Amino acid sequence: MTRDKTMTADAVVARLASGMTLGIGGWGSRRKPMALVRALLRSDLTDLTVVSYGGPDVGLLAAAGKIRQLITAFGTLDSVPLEPHFCAARQRGGLELTELDEAMVMWGLTAAAHRLPFMPIRAGLGSDVMTVNPGLRTVTSPYEDGEELVAVPALRLDAALVHLNRADAQGNGQYLGPDPYFDDLFCQAADAAYVSCERVVDTAELLKDQGPQSLLVKRAFVTGVVETPNGAHFTSCAPDYGRDEAFQRAYVRAAKDPDAWRAFTERFLSGDEHSYQAAVAAFHEESA
Amino acid sequence: MKTITATRAEYCVVACAEVWRDAGEILASPMGTIPTIGARLARLTFSPGLLLTDGEALLMGDVPALGEPSGVTEGWLPYRQHLALVSSGRRHVMMGASQLDRHGNQNISCIGDWDQPKRQLLGVRGAPANTLNNPTSYWVPRHSTRVFVEKVDMVSGVGYDRAAAAGPSATRYHRIPDVISNLGVFDFETPDRTMRLRSLHPGVTVGQVREATGFALTVPDDVPCTREPTAEELRLIRAVIDPNGLREREVPSA
Repeated sequence: MTRDKTMTADAVVARLASGMTLGIGGWGSRRKPMALVRALLRSDLTDLTVVSYGGPDVGLLAAAGKIRQLITAFGTLDSVPLEPHFCAARQRGGLELTELDEAMVMWGLTAAAHRLPFMPIRAGLGSDVMTVNPGLRTVTSPYEDGEELVAVPALRLDAALVHLNRADAQGNGQYLGPDPYFDDLFCQAADAAYVSCERVVDTAELLKDQGPQSLLVKRAFVTGVVETPNGAHFTSCAPDYGRDEAFQRAYVRAAKDPDAWRAFTERFLSGDEHSYQAAVAAFHEESA
Repeated sequence: MKTITATRAEYCVVACAEVWRDAGEILASPMGTIPTIGARLARLTFSPGLLLTDGEALLMGDVPALGEPSGVTEGWLPYRQHLALVSSGRRHVMMGASQLDRHGNQNISCIGDWDQPKRQLLGVRGAPANTLNNPTSYWVPRHSTRVFVEKVDMVSGVGYDRAAAAGPSATRYHRIPDVISNLGVFDFETPDRTMRLRSLHPGVTVGQVREATGFALTVPDDVPCTREPTAEELRLIRAVIDPNGLREREVPSA
């Protein structure tokens, strides 16, 4: 029998522990599981290793001192090129970084999903990715070509956090936008995966207006499902909503000044998800 | 006869477009305004086979003006497929560079010591994979000694010397065809694969380029001028691809 896996964001966080390796889905400032990240911010979890195609998820967790080690290829807000808190944390020297190429991150997750120790890749050779990650090894092809390639180690995760457009209560997750990013891979690479979504629907609902290829995440890989409307805010969640550019600009402005950041945190991040969404609505009413 | 004078930005557009001449059916990945106009110009003229993305996951079946949505989709290219396409080699990317050295090593990661950078930038992104797998050119809208440096702080995109030192797997598909700046066009067609001045945009002198470059540049005795845009190319740039003149914001006319 299939189980009802719905739970709250705080219940997800209660299942995590300090020191864990967490994978966070999405890409840059696109479809990030921000409601789950906000729940992490409300917790006393710390000392995390985070694997992410970095956006404001990384920025917020770094600003709150939650990250011990970050494994990524970049930090960006897309329409704003640089992630301010990621930059500040690096410049303070407060973030242990494993800097990999984008494709190396994909291959590390792929290796983990396939239960392989590594995947071979050309990327990295000759670059300073090899210098700043002295633990990276190369592997020689056993075939006639004898090529020497980088062996990207598996990026096995204790838990994955992703945000999708729809899911059923059993954990079948559906994306409706143009890009799946790597959310299915994050879930497959993790011992436990938590899917937040805009709306939990009946299984029969999922394919009413969509093709089967929109079913990105299978319940066999999912531990918990959280309904969090507007839960990717302020990142994009096409086609449900685009990026909240005005709010993202306010985030960037606030991140540049400690007093402004304290005020921003006080206003938006001091309560639960409901009060966050209410504060965002008030922000837009004010600027309207 | 009335002559139409092209602006510096328009010379840059044509120089960027030339990067994709005779490229066939590959993905053109331009980063920056002028390379984007250049790729669209190439597709509308001498390289009709090029594939272009909408900046997200779709391949455009038409060539819209900058900032306008595409009306026809001809393909799907989410990130996972884009990264796979890179390793197939069927792509020519034109990346930006925060730093670039005479061997073509590029940095977009950070400025200063990597352990605690003076300025954290984007991170290496896809530069290590790009440079080892598909032709990678660079676009620098403001040529200066801050960008054209003796040594980059973090090798993100791999240059000719570092690829050679890393061995045959690194050099196998490695190629940096062009570097284009607001001052001229550069390549690595020298015996030791270091940067050479190939052409100057009109109104730019060799002295200006040397002064704005932080390393010794190979300069041939006779440096040609960058090719002039044709009347049809100017019409396409001005009326079809960039009617709002965004190119002039990236490279303002003096």
